[in-house]
Amino acid sequence: MANFYTDNPDLKHHLNHPLMRKIVELKERNYTDAEKFDYAPLNFEDAMDSYDKVLEIVGELCGGMIAENAESVDHQGPRVENGRVIYADGTQENLDACRKAGLMGMAMPRRFGGLNFPITPYIMAADIVSRADTGFENLWGLQDCAETIYEFADEDQKQRYITRVCAGETMSMDLTEPDAGSDLQSVMLKATPQEDGTWLLNGVKRFITNGDSDIHLVLARSEEGTKDGRGLSMFIYDKRNGGVTVRRIENKMGIKGSPTCELVYKNAKAELCGSRRLGLIKYVMALMNGARLGIAAQSVGVSEIAYREALAYAKDRRQFGKAIIEFPAVSEILSVMKAKLDASRTLLYECSRFVDMYKVYEDIAKERSLTAEERQEMKYYSRFADACTPLIKGMGSEYCNQNAYDCIQIHGGSGFMKDYACERVYRDARITSIYEGTTQLQVVAAIRHVTTGTYLNLIKTYEAEEVSAALQPLKDNLATMTAKYEAAVAKVTEVKDSAYNDLMARRLVEMAGNIIMGHLLLLDATRNEAFVKSATVYNKMAQAEVAKHADFINSFDPAQTALYQA
Amino acid sequence: MSLNIIVLAKQVPDTRNVGKDAMKEDGTINRAVLPAIFNPEDLNALEQALRIKDANPGSTITVLTMGLPRAAEVIREAMYRGADTGVVLTDRVLGGADTLATSYSLAQAVKKFGNYDIILGGRQAIDGDTAQVGPQIAEKLGLPQVTYAEEILELKDGFVIVKRRLESGVETVKAPLPCVVTVNGSAAECRPRNAKLIQKYKYAVSPSEKDKLSDEIKAVVEARPYLNLQEWSAAYVDADLTQVGLAGSPTKVKAIENVVFTAKENLTLENNDEQIEGLIKELIANHTIG
Repeated sequence: MANFYTDNPDLKHHLNHPLMRKIVELKERNYTDAEKFDYAPLNFEDAMDSYDKVLEIVGELCGGMIAENAESVDHQGPRVENGRVIYADGTQENLDACRKAGLMGMAMPRRFGGLNFPITPYIMAADIVSRADTGFENLWGLQDCAETIYEFADEDQKQRYITRVCAGETMSMDLTEPDAGSDLQSVMLKATPQEDGTWLLNGVKRFITNGDSDIHLVLARSEEGTKDGRGLSMFIYDKRNGGVTVRRIENKMGIKGSPTCELVYKNAKAELCGSRRLGLIKYVMALMNGARLGIAAQSVGVSEIAYREALAYAKDRRQFGKAIIEFPAVSEILSVMKAKLDASRTLLYECSRFVDMYKVYEDIAKERSLTAEERQEMKYYSRFADACTPLIKGMGSEYCNQNAYDCIQIHGGSGFMKDYACERVYRDARITSIYEGTTQLQVVAAIRHVTTGTYLNLIKTYEAEEVSAALQPLKDNLATMTAKYEAAVAKVTEVKDSAYNDLMARRLVEMAGNIIMGHLLLLDATRNEAFVKSATVYNKMAQAEVAKHADFINSFDPAQTALYQA
Repeated sequence: MSLNIIVLAKQVPDTRNVGKDAMKEDGTINRAVLPAIFNPEDLNALEQALRIKDANPGSTITVLTMGLPRAAEVIREAMYRGADTGVVLTDRVLGGADTLATSYSLAQAVKKFGNYDIILGGRQAIDGDTAQVGPQIAEKLGLPQVTYAEEILELKDGFVIVKRRLESGVETVKAPLPCVVTVNGSAAECRPRNAKLIQKYKYAVSPSEKDKLSDEIKAVVEARPYLNLQEWSAAYVDADLTQVGLAGSPTKVKAIENVVFTAKENLTLENNDEQIEGLIKELIANHTIG
């Protein structure tokens, strides 16, 4: 049986990145948990070995049961009975297996029953799960919501809820409403305080992934009479208390195993999580960053399955007396697919390491005050994490859609039929560039890192790294691209016209993304020859993309902005 | 009620995906290309044992395996799924054993445990496919045996109720404890390895493996009793040396040949008694059957 971790050496390459030593040492506080927990690591090597072994379990479950169930789950899907969701049989089997394997609450501290893994190996597990069944990644990945409880809830709530997540209970984040999608400030769900300190929730939520979960995080309006985001608070709703029913589930194009619910709250008892009024402006923003990284991992998993399905078919399918992979037009598609896969994966793990670095300092800051040096380092990584999260969510999800499209293209007419996995992959891919913020909204989040120079600063750190002599020409290309990027940024920002600036934003963000991913692949190739091909193919693609955008910007008269207005 | 459960497990070459190079020219198994795995039906047996343990907190599962010292790996694999500890019965004199000598050796080891409530094992191992060892152990220990078990339905008051999967149907039987139960491949699949248990038990070692560890890890193993697996020799289990290993095995392998089936000709028969009878007569005449 296939193991989706061990059959993919690229994963171990990223897991063994040099920065991991520092992350693990900080995360494990010099390995002091080993005295209290029999499964805590003794040292760095031991910790890395544990991540490796646990990912092997993930890979085994994914390569076996979860991948095998994916087709039946896609066909059967979940259903609603008496206001409750019943998962597809395969989904239930997958969830039970993940619980038994202890793969819930992976990133939570051991004192709540978690594995205390850094974000990076957790995100790697998400990448692997998504390759097996993209829709199942949603259900499994919602364990991420425990992070919000860990960061903002009180100790009693942490003890009561995080332990349950680690034991295998599922979560959901109930944010969207019929009139509040991308614009969450309009959330109307009403929270009314009770004398005993609890709250009652009333209203409707829509498009809630896994909406019949055991533990919900709910965004609701706690401040009567308010209209904006400052009147919203975060609540924890425990399904055991009752009051929320599932009115219907959506009939979706893809990720069909993941139930997308419309929820009705009728005097549903809930607890406040954190402070009033900070629900949207602080907690959802934090929650969203974690969720976006999760979707980025899901996207990379989709790119992986798309590439593998395409490659296998191209080797197998014979036309004109030879396997179609031997035709340049086909093998070019495959090379580009692999380059996009490798590019998005390397940015995914770069970003997850940045998140690890700043979050671990945030966590340490709860125990003691940080030194000036530590605070500075936290800020450094926090800024890069903020900049890279929308970049990888946006570009990674677009790449996986492109790869899913190309996967069908390589299958030809057969790919258009329901007979091959590629059509499911194509449907599953489509949501990744929409939910947790569309690509257009990722650009809105990313553009300030273009204008404030965060991306350029990151590029400068890569420029300072040594690459092997053979790869130097690629690095020179990247320097040329960076010059074009800087010129384009200067040209756009000197015009004080927000409509024009907005029109150019995605182009600038993509240029930055192309250059950053180009550099990361170069560093991968320096560390591991297996990446030389992708580094080169991506470099060529990035060069053309950057030139295209630069040409568009340079030849564009800001007065023409009106042409693009409806 | 806490029970002492023994699970018999064997490390076997993975014969499920056999390629052309699975056998060497001399007819013996090419172990280099066939990875050593946990015998699949022993995993089914382990799952049944784990369910008994789940229902009876405080129970312990001890895995008993006979083989080379490296067979400790199957004990660890079982511990990653919830078993508590294990014993490797290993000794040069035990090598080359057929089912009679194997069951004698294992029965001697079981006697050494003294106190046990139930012994579970897979129906058969995929290397030999005999299904003899479990029943022979029961005979040698004078215990009742339940074979072809698919599910342990109940275990209480000194009895076990077991659903058996037979060729012709299903049979539910009750047996007094202690007894030996051999479990079918049709039983529930074993649960996956657990993330915490794999971290907890990854340094579990037998005495002969311990010497290969770094000083740092060795100190950890010494400080944590649950990381110490046992290794038993033939002498330790009071085995009569004439009944173990090659010497104790009446089965002698004369030769092993690699048979490759090739369809040289096709024969299409009409669906009538006459033609079928004709075929049977032909097959008897050329000694293909009968």
